Amino acid sequence: MAHATDAHAAHEPATQPEPARRVRERHAIVVGASSGMGAALVEQLASEGVRVVALARRKDALEELARRCGGNVIALAHDVHDFDAVPALFERCVRELGGLDLFVYAAGIMTEVGAHEFDTRKDLDMLAVNVGGAVAWTNEAAKLFRTQRSGTIVGISSIAGERGRKGNPVYGTTKAALNHYLEALRNRLADYGVHVCTIKPGFVETAMLASARAQGRSIQGAISAQAAARSILKAARGRRNEVFVPFKWTLVAAVIRNIPSVLFKGLNI
Amino acid sequence: MEILSLRGPRTVESSFEYIEGWGMAVGRHARVLRPRSVEEIVQCFALARAAGSTLTLRGGGNSYGDASCPAQDLVLDVTRMDRVLGFDARTGIATLEPGVTIEKLWKTILPLGFWPRVVSGTMFPTLAGALAANIHGKNNFAVGTIGDACLEFDLVLPSGEVRTCNRERNADLFHAAIGGFGMLGCFGRIVLQTKRVHSGNVRVRGESTRDLREMMAYFEAHKATSDYLVGWVDCFAGGDACGRGLIHDAHNLHEGDDPSPERSLTVAHQELPANILGLFPKSQVWRILELFNHDLGMRSINAAKYVAGRLEGMGEPYLQSHAGFSFLLDYVPNWKWAYGRARGERGLIQYQPFVPQAVAHDVYSEILARCRHAGQVPYLGVFKRHREDSFWLTHAVDGWSFALDFKVDPARRAALWKLCDELTELVISAGGRFYFAKDLVVGAEDTARFLPQDRLAAFAALKRACDPQTLIEGQLYRRAFRDWIAA
Ligand SMILES: Cc1cc2nc3c(=O)[nH]c(=O)nc-3n(C[C@H](O)[C@H](O)[C@H](O)COP(=O)(O)OP(=O)(O)OC[C@H]3O[C@@H](n4cnc5c(N)ncnc54)[C@H](O)[C@@H]3O)c2cc1C
Repeated sequence: MAHATDAHAAHEPATQPEPARRVRERHAIVVGASSGMGAALVEQLASEGVRVVALARRKDALEELARRCGGNVIALAHDVHDFDAVPALFERCVRELGGLDLFVYAAGIMTEVGAHEFDTRKDLDMLAVNVGGAVAWTNEAAKLFRTQRSGTIVGISSIAGERGRKGNPVYGTTKAALNHYLEALRNRLADYGVHVCTIKPGFVETAMLASARAQGRSIQGAISAQAAARSILKAARGRRNEVFVPFKWTLVAAVIRNIPSVLFKGLNI
Repeated sequence: MEILSLRGPRTVESSFEYIEGWGMAVGRHARVLRPRSVEEIVQCFALARAAGSTLTLRGGGNSYGDASCPAQDLVLDVTRMDRVLGFDARTGIATLEPGVTIEKLWKTILPLGFWPRVVSGTMFPTLAGALAANIHGKNNFAVGTIGDACLEFDLVLPSGEVRTCNRERNADLFHAAIGGFGMLGCFGRIVLQTKRVHSGNVRVRGESTRDLREMMAYFEAHKATSDYLVGWVDCFAGGDACGRGLIHDAHNLHEGDDPSPERSLTVAHQELPANILGLFPKSQVWRILELFNHDLGMRSINAAKYVAGRLEGMGEPYLQSHAGFSFLLDYVPNWKWAYGRARGERGLIQYQPFVPQAVAHDVYSEILARCRHAGQVPYLGVFKRHREDSFWLTHAVDGWSFALDFKVDPARRAALWKLCDELTELVISAGGRFYFAKDLVVGAEDTARFLPQDRLAAFAALKRACDPQTLIEGQLYRRAFRDWIAA
């Protein structure tokens, strides 16, 4: 347990933690950091001198990442299914960092489901990781940020949450739920100077995309995870509410959102 | 932290948060335990012992300085224990859980024709916090502190033992824990005497005063007859106008004075409108105040208030609700954010010297002069009259207090502390005292000088007896008490 050094000799008490500057954060947690955008965000932050706790299930991948990043990254193995472990783990992360200004939830799974498959187990698992884990972690960050009246929360959602597409009903549901949750937090925390940024990626080169390709889907125009990470940090620091990455998906989303249901039924998207 | 792995059906609710003084100038991260019963308070002590951390007791967190700020990793917050256990509408005796707030208390008893004997300038403190600080109101000169209105309490000791204390039973602990700032044990139940009122309003008269002497003379002339007296001072005014201000002198109404008490005694009658001027949302008013939160802005606001006060002083007495009169500041939510909302940017401290009657005028004039000279002028100055009481660590003297709100600007922070040190020397030499609910600057050596030696020694002995392992401590304890308690 970290104890502050005793400063009772001088009677000036411990002051506030150092100011969290509006734009450049210094302590971050990234959940879901072993690959894809999570890993790219950790690398980007570490290269800017931010101290990061990187969490994911796969310890080896995380340690490899930490090695690549030099001394700024603390790697911790954690399975986001383990909701009960989150409060203590969150506290440990903040204590090891010595503060927290940025929290990123980047963990997410998309399980392949067949066109006529309704598999409750698979579906509930996506809900657990994409929503359950997000809520368990982000609630902790929200409590801390509200009481310290500063901090930024970033949630990696997806364009898939915009409409209920036939391809993977529950994956889209998890992202729609995440959007809703993050929007509500944003409104709750706005009065306390805390910002919540929802990131909605389109095609980004990640393991998820690779597996979609392996299933035979043709996907073009994807950007690299590194490029996505840069856009994400820019959006978070610019205190943007909801941002599509890459930006061109803003337009795609606008179109998709406005297709009437009667037509949407017949479309193969 | 291991606390959380001790899972079971009855785990104490807890949360990892940033815990700070109300003035935002001091704070740290800590795990906050929120017990719901006396059994859970006992459990919290056991958890702290198991975790190897000390525990800081906390109520509503309305102390300006570090009185309820953690020194280590754990805080015990009693705000979930907020049930009114009983109220006897014949005698006005309330039995309360420690986390009941002053707000909840008055809202419960006012419709029955009662009002708390002693309230602070904000209604958000818990009764535990209020008792631990031995708070005073604008009627301190007439009725004493909240300790004087307390009939009995249960104190939960770190050992798990629960001691019932009143003026006969455990009288030592009764007089030490009231005003003991949560250093001896945790209040588990509080019994208070409240007072009957015949209206939901008080009659208020404004009296504009041209200097400190005039203000003090008015208090002295009226303290035998007034129910409440409070003075506001424009700290920017110097020279002949030093100490100019405005007094609010209030009287309770007698039976029959209010033609419709059943209406004025409702909670609805006490509430102020949600919008200012009918359209501007109160929740955003702090943003406007923030625009004026600098020396020039506050100089203008204080001057404007003085002029408004002169007009008010020429007017007739008026009726105001109890809540409106007592807790006016609460109606601007988060007004302190005008001093800087973002953590670590700014904040405020309140410096409140209590000075004996005979020397008060000279000491306060000197204080104001030194503040102006140092270029650190308080943005708000509030004047009250007090009387002595029997609680061991009490701040109250037969004299005055002058509460001064200083803005904490990171660039001038060290200079502000230095100024306060000089003022403290002045106050202690004059036989004055300080009040830890407000303070953030007084050191252990000062405490040992301004509190009576015999009481200090007795308090130290009680601390060692009640809490032999020093399981309970906070930043205040480390700053102002530990040195001489350990000695
Ligand atoms: C705007 C404003 C105006 C104010 N006006 C006045 C005023 O007019 N008069 C006045 O006297 N004060 C005034 N105060 C100060 C305030 O009343 C006191 O600081 C009071 O103690 C706050 O109570 P709290 O519940 O917020 O307790 P906290 O600030 O959380 O704690 C206060 C003390 O109580 C101890 N404590 C908390 N719970 C327990 C427990 N269960 N058992 C034992 N100890 C415990 C804490 O350790 C701490 O030492 C004012 C404060 C503000 C912000």
